[in-house]
Amino acid sequence: MSWYLATPIVIPFVTAVLAFLLRATPWGRWVSVCGSTLLLIASIALMSVVLRDGVIAGQMGQWPAPFGITLVADLLSAVMVLITAIVAVAVSIYAIADVDEGMERLGYHTLFNMLIAGVVGAFITGDLFNLYVWFEVMLIASFGLLVLGGRPEQIDGGVKYVALNLVSTILFLTGIGLLYGMTGTLNLADLAGAVDGADPRLLTVVAVMFMIAFGVKAAVFPLFFWLPASYHTPAFAVSAVFAGLLTKVGVYALLRMFTLVFDHDTAFTHTILLWVAALTMVVGVLGAAAQSDMRKILSFHIVSQIGYMILGLALLTPLALVGAVFYLVHHIVVKANLFLIAGVVKRIAGDTDLARIGGLYKSAPVLAILFVIPAFSLAGFPPLSGFWAKFLLVKAALEVEGWIIAGIALAVGLLTIYSMTKIWAQAFWEPHPEAVTPKLFSLSGRDRAALLLPIAGLALLTIIIGVMPEPFVRFAQDSAAQLLDPSAYIAAVLGDPS
Amino acid sequence: MEFLYAITIGVLVSSAVYLMLSNNLLRFIFGLVLISNAANLTIFVSGRMTDGAPPLIPEGADAPLGAAANALPQALVLTAIVIGFGLFAFAIVLVFRAWTTLGSLTPDDMRLAEPDEAQK
Repeated sequence: MSWYLATPIVIPFVTAVLAFLLRATPWGRWVSVCGSTLLLIASIALMSVVLRDGVIAGQMGQWPAPFGITLVADLLSAVMVLITAIVAVAVSIYAIADVDEGMERLGYHTLFNMLIAGVVGAFITGDLFNLYVWFEVMLIASFGLLVLGGRPEQIDGGVKYVALNLVSTILFLTGIGLLYGMTGTLNLADLAGAVDGADPRLLTVVAVMFMIAFGVKAAVFPLFFWLPASYHTPAFAVSAVFAGLLTKVGVYALLRMFTLVFDHDTAFTHTILLWVAALTMVVGVLGAAAQSDMRKILSFHIVSQIGYMILGLALLTPLALVGAVFYLVHHIVVKANLFLIAGVVKRIAGDTDLARIGGLYKSAPVLAILFVIPAFSLAGFPPLSGFWAKFLLVKAALEVEGWIIAGIALAVGLLTIYSMTKIWAQAFWEPHPEAVTPKLFSLSGRDRAALLLPIAGLALLTIIIGVMPEPFVRFAQDSAAQLLDPSAYIAAVLGDPS
Repeated sequence: MEFLYAITIGVLVSSAVYLMLSNNLLRFIFGLVLISNAANLTIFVSGRMTDGAPPLIPEGADAPLGAAANALPQALVLTAIVIGFGLFAFAIVLVFRAWTTLGSLTPDDMRLAEPDEAQK
């Protein structure tokens, strides 16, 4: 059983080592593509086992829980691993054309696979300290990827990214220490029961420490400033994988901790989260409205969309969690895709600054269509995936009579359309200011295939989720039910009490 | 003993926050080093201060004889120290690169990635 859990972590690590050995040759990129494909197969296997048997758990080194390190996969973990693998495949194909040989020699593929290993590990682990370790694996790989190439903007963005993420890490570590001191355990399933004996006031203090630590990672208001400062600086393949996955690990950790462990005083903690969600949505979308660079607009939209997911967690009703899980999956696909498209725009039109590009609709209609799908999905147009995600969350808000928060969510959706039409009008409709006609055929055949295939694949996924939402919503319902009633999770880790 | 540790952690955190709030990246890094040591001490103390023996199990027995020190926080702290070492090595090199490429260690001067939109 534990092989299903261990392989999604082992594969990217082995790939990273192989890619490191082959970093001076052109084989590194193919190793990376193969590794991601294998990871996809392993995650599909994990998903099918979880769908068949329910929550599965494995004890590393045969130390029984709660003493050893536990790996657990419930539906949420399994779907996050699956979506990570899909993004990894897309980005590793895209990187064939996007990442130059200089960056490959510096170890791009190694760092990329380390990052994926860290992300997958964070989704699968059932131990709080182990979660910290996976966060660090992810963090150090992302540091490397962010400054790879060493352009001055990258160093500038990197300093801010590194500084704020290190502060969050230390807060997380202190929180772990205090929680261990209060309960004597670090196993998540064990913690769910052990916190009942702790002083609820102290527990709330620790809960807020975790909220801040994960809030920095998830880029929520008022802790998001590192994200728009850094996400537009690295290579496009790098910013796509960052945009798709990194903040979502923070959201996942919040979802996990604040449904499983810190549910003792929801009137206090989840009210904070509700305010955070509202302000994150509004500030992110307003920040995007002020920007004029495609990648900067998209970066601010990550912040604004994180607000929706936190909203689902804050309301903590079954429907709201369904919305949050659905949103999480939909957003990873859409956001990674938009950054990949920005990379193609840069390649053929010469820039991502909206004032310096144009004419893409006329000369590259295929790219225009591929942009419209994720852009309108992000804004929440039917019948794309974003519509159902927003619909579920707004409905959940209306059910608990949260008129104001539902209104905010809808208004932010409108402002998202404003940003997307701004990109559409200036990059696609207006003529190019330097009378250049940006053509997809200016790329070599291999580059064209490597850049457009992942974009088309992710766009197709967006359409499939949008047109046939029912199986996905039903999945999100089951997964939200597991989050709200963690008895299956606890039983899988600790063994049945009966 | 706990009291002494609490005071030490408090002093470490307060001086770290003071350093981190100054407008200089190098001081910020020093602040981070101090506060990470405070976090490590917190984990250590959370395992309870006992004057027990080292947690060694004699041959043939299943558990240590008598009172033994809690080994888990020590393992956690060791892991955290190693990880922290790697992160700080990276951070210090990054600050050095920032100094050589950007010519400044003052965060207020670092506007390359986020130029003032109004000046365009």
